[in-house]
Amino acid sequence: MKIEKTIKLFINGQFARSESGRTYPVNDNYARVCQASKKDFRNSVDAAKSGEKSWSSKSAYNRSQIIYRMAEMCEGKRDQFVSLFKTTLSASDKKANEMVDEGISSFVYYAGFCDKYSQTIGSVNPVSGPFHNFTTPESVGVVALIDSDEFNFGATVDRICSILVGGNSVIALLGPTLPAVLAPLSEVFATSDLPAGVVNLLTGHLEELAEVIASHREVRSISYQNESKKFYETVREKSVDNMKRIVPNHKELKSLENILSFVEYKTVWHPIGV
Amino acid sequence: MPSVSIKVPGGSRITIPHYPVDMVGAGERASSFTKRSIKKESKLDALYLAITMTDLTTLEGADTPGKVKQLCGKAISPVPAHYLQEIKRLAPDKKIRPIPSVAAICVYPEMVPIARKCLEGSGVELASVATAFPAGQLSLDLKLKDVARAIKFGATEIDMVIDRGAFLRGDYQKVFDEIVAVKDICEDRAHLKVILETGELKTLDNVRFASTMAMEAGADFIKTSTGKVTPAATMPVTLVMLQAIWDYYQQTGKKIGMKPAGGIRTAKQAVHYLVMVNEVLGADWLHPKMFRFGASSLLNDLLRQIFKQYTGQYYYQDIFSLD
Repeated sequence: MKIEKTIKLFINGQFARSESGRTYPVNDNYARVCQASKKDFRNSVDAAKSGEKSWSSKSAYNRSQIIYRMAEMCEGKRDQFVSLFKTTLSASDKKANEMVDEGISSFVYYAGFCDKYSQTIGSVNPVSGPFHNFTTPESVGVVALIDSDEFNFGATVDRICSILVGGNSVIALLGPTLPAVLAPLSEVFATSDLPAGVVNLLTGHLEELAEVIASHREVRSISYQNESKKFYETVREKSVDNMKRIVPNHKELKSLENILSFVEYKTVWHPIGV
Repeated sequence: MPSVSIKVPGGSRITIPHYPVDMVGAGERASSFTKRSIKKESKLDALYLAITMTDLTTLEGADTPGKVKQLCGKAISPVPAHYLQEIKRLAPDKKIRPIPSVAAICVYPEMVPIARKCLEGSGVELASVATAFPAGQLSLDLKLKDVARAIKFGATEIDMVIDRGAFLRGDYQKVFDEIVAVKDICEDRAHLKVILETGELKTLDNVRFASTMAMEAGADFIKTSTGKVTPAATMPVTLVMLQAIWDYYQQTGKKIGMKPAGGIRTAKQAVHYLVMVNEVLGADWLHPKMFRFGASSLLNDLLRQIFKQYTGQYYYQDIFSLD
């Protein structure tokens, strides 16, 4: 039996309708998706803030296990993703499977990096004095991802995971080409033992949300992957006041550089012999 | 209609009706108060009002003098200095009202002397829980000593718990007598708030009856919960208590205050409660002398929302204190 679907937002580990009650049809009436409002974004930030506490305090090894489980869940949902890509994007069977493979590959790549990136980019610094001096990366906090207008499953997964590795939480505004991907993708996150609020997925209009994303103080960084120059300017302008870090051009997939965009460095001086 | 006969001081008896309360109806009506659209200036007014009605509370085994001092500082002056500067910078054209102090601090009796010292001259009231809070399972003479000590230390408001065990086994006379005895000690020296612990009374019928009984026994305020039992304050329970207050006012002309406590964490919830108070009891009760919120984390959310109302932006959560 075919049923009409309204795909919910994914906020704080729950499949929530927009508090505004608004929905809109997508992909030739394949489904309706919720149109996230400013309040939905605000609620996501609250969720992400508390999710980040629990996520960043998990051991790197545990974060790695959880992200690897996402790969497993994604693989388990292969048929659902493939069917979605074939129906909405008219992709061939081969192409649709390749897209899923790219996503899984990114999950696995970043899962592997969780307990390695710190050693790779942290350092013991030579200092002139009786001190040990270390630099280690730490999480930034809540990161908003404004995704591309062009749908690319592998890239979306890559962008989300590269933020997660460092212990940050993500609020992703999915692009308009295939917002319906939220349904299976949110189920991947919901069944991976990820603490509630670490990943939040929204569908809606950048026009409505750009300003509030950029001006919310609790959002510490924005991964801006959209093509719109106009909203890029808005986001830049509104972010100046609260000194958010804007990270554009996440082009190359599966790269350590992507992780480094969302960490901060802490340097510790420790007296020798104490 | 079932009713309970209670002996009052002086030897005469009063009859307190034990109304059945429509649970579904109470839930429906309570949820209707959450549908009002309160925006802009009205919302800002409500947020300011909610601050002045907050009983900033810390009732933990781990309370220390340092924590109580910090809380007193926050009660008197809830925001750091840069909060208002930041609002002024971001909204230079708006008239910005200073952030008021909260209504009271609520602590354990042992912490009252410390709080008294910190609050001196500030106008912030000092409430102390007493009568073997939160369980209320002690003999009456010890409970009364607890109250007397708190008042001696300088508490201006006493939050007493009723003996729920006695209530649930039907010994209403004991519950009534204890409230009367505590009221005798409080006299005019301290305001008496009676905590019903509605989460343990189980039914709205019981809540309604206990509210009326507490008011008959001399409560100045009736309060939902200790905050130690789930569920704590809910909108339907508070609604039933507000209606009991209204009926008591109609019969006696006495205005009794209301304090929902526990579980009210967001500014949005606080506004819902204010709407309910206004629509059930009227604007006379929209005053810190008649209505209080027992809360700790609520204050930070109120301050965040006030920042948002002025500037259109959300402020950092970490900028406020943790409690």
